[in-house]
Amino acid sequence: MRLEPVANPSAARRLGLPALALVATLGVAMGLALLAGANPLAVLGQIATGALGSKLAILETLNRATPLIFTGLAVAVAFRAKLWNIGAEAQLYAGAILAVVLGTGVLGSPWVLPVSALAAMLAGAALLLGPVLLKTRLGVDEVVTTLLLNFIMLLFVSYLLEGPMKDPMGMGWPKSPALIPEARLPRIVEGLRLHWGFALAIIAAVVVWVIQTRTTLGFEIRAVGQNPEAARFAGMPVNAVLVKTALLSGGLAALAGWSEVAGLKGHLSSDLSPGFGYTGIIVAMLALLHPLGVIVTAIFVAGIFVGSDAMSRAAGVPTYIADMLMATALLFMVLAILLTRVRVVRG
Amino acid sequence: MSAVIDILISASFWAAVIRIASPLILATMGELICERAGVLNLGIEGIMVIGAFTGWMAVYQGLPLWGGVAVAMAAGMMFGLLHSTLTVPFGLSQHVVGLGVTLLATSSASFAYRLMLPEVTSPPKIAPFQPLNVPGLSDLPWLGDALSQTALTWAAFAVAGLVAWVLYRTPLGLAVRAVGEKPAAVEAQGLSVTGLRMGAVIVGSGLMAVGGAFLTLSAFSSFFFEMVNGRGWICIALVVFGAWKPGKAVLGAILFAAFDALQIRLQQTPLGAALPYQLFLALPFILSVLALILMSRRAEVPAALMVPYNKGER
Repeated sequence: MRLEPVANPSAARRLGLPALALVATLGVAMGLALLAGANPLAVLGQIATGALGSKLAILETLNRATPLIFTGLAVAVAFRAKLWNIGAEAQLYAGAILAVVLGTGVLGSPWVLPVSALAAMLAGAALLLGPVLLKTRLGVDEVVTTLLLNFIMLLFVSYLLEGPMKDPMGMGWPKSPALIPEARLPRIVEGLRLHWGFALAIIAAVVVWVIQTRTTLGFEIRAVGQNPEAARFAGMPVNAVLVKTALLSGGLAALAGWSEVAGLKGHLSSDLSPGFGYTGIIVAMLALLHPLGVIVTAIFVAGIFVGSDAMSRAAGVPTYIADMLMATALLFMVLAILLTRVRVVRG
Repeated sequence: MSAVIDILISASFWAAVIRIASPLILATMGELICERAGVLNLGIEGIMVIGAFTGWMAVYQGLPLWGGVAVAMAAGMMFGLLHSTLTVPFGLSQHVVGLGVTLLATSSASFAYRLMLPEVTSPPKIAPFQPLNVPGLSDLPWLGDALSQTALTWAAFAVAGLVAWVLYRTPLGLAVRAVGEKPAAVEAQGLSVTGLRMGAVIVGSGLMAVGGAFLTLSAFSSFFFEMVNGRGWICIALVVFGAWKPGKAVLGAILFAAFDALQIRLQQTPLGAALPYQLFLALPFILSVLALILMSRRAEVPAALMVPYNKGER
């Protein structure tokens, strides 16, 4: 077999194939439910109700979507330039650390929130800068270095929480002291359990979208991603563009950790992120790297996770079904997107 | 300092080094085969998890230990088939597909574990491989202790030798290496680029899974969710460190294992107690990054690594 480009893909092809990928994922979900001895349709229903069935469920889904929007944006921005930032998990924790460092009494109102957000972004950006400079200067593959940094960062967080950042009132639990009230993100609507981090995530998506579509940097990022050689030939400072992309990407990922600490948890613990950095890759790919699409896919992915938790308690299907479905959706989707542009021919 | 020397000359230290190196050697050989054929396999971390799980579960269900190894290998090859189908004929991004395979394999293992053992709080143990008694060798004073290893460790070194032999001494190995350098030339010889690359990824993934199975069948006798813990990513660094050559990669794995074995022992010395234990645990990852930096200037990367091949395209 070989692949042949499709000259002008029809609308049916461009929309039908991604839709088919989602349907196929649903099929896998039903298969897994059967395997677990549950009623497939009931399982799908319970996931949907668990995610969206009540005001409480919807708020939980939106809360869960907040860090995923940030990490999804971080990945989307980087992947657009073919910068393979798999280190959003580490950058997230960098942001979370800064939220604690600056939010436990060093700074007061009104400076603590803006300053700690900015510092968090700088920390996340700095963390990605290393791998990117290694890539541009020495040609070291950033996939491996950013992955390895995730492990180093988690151990560093563990060290902080058992050492210099340990909460003396924590009853031996490795967690940081609580943030002061001024350092906490308020709720968007009083009485509703949804914090300003969600609104900031939406704003961040819009800002990234404006950068990508309305600025020179956005144009350069796309050009470098499509063809670095051509971009270099056209006189574009390719390495400088990659560094700027990295700063943006690392900063966005750090905001995920910052908003989880300042908005949701109020302290840092080593289970702050159940892999938000990695799930961000799925969020970004499902959104076809579109910043506004990231909002939609992050809420979708968050819904699957929240819904699966609820379903698992009721139907007894292991909650890991959510992770399996996300990985399946990712693989189906990249294949579907390819097939919108090419067709398989014999020979 | 003398504490370090005492450690370095003890037979138990070298026994640990060889033990720790074994799964790394198996998985590194798997990754090396894939990359020599031109495919970066980031599924390695998840494939090691699925190997660790399936091998252990097969033995727990009553299969003999070697049966467990075979099941792990088959499971790894299935994921290799998935990876290579998407990356070779379809030419999809090896980064995205690899990470997708890792996520799918890892979550499949967790899902299946919970499905098959819904109630358990601590995973059941199996009777793992025992150190082999090699006549003549095992009686030697120092060497006998250092080489008191399980059959799976001996197999790991044999596999490394076999991989080196096939890659450099057989027509098949020549074709695999060529397909990672200049696929068009291989096609011109009438060989199938797709077949060679898919075959390399499938076989390589099988070896990665056996590397994972080493952890449950030879090292720990139980399965834990986080047990692979970045070893797959370290193996990718080891392939670079070994300049894509089996012999150097084995030496890299041994060097790496030596640091790992040393840090565990240093933690118990007065110096080690004064430092945070997380620093010691981070050492393998820090070393991997340093290895990548150190080797970066040497351009020995297979020329067609990560370049998909589409027949008729120039």
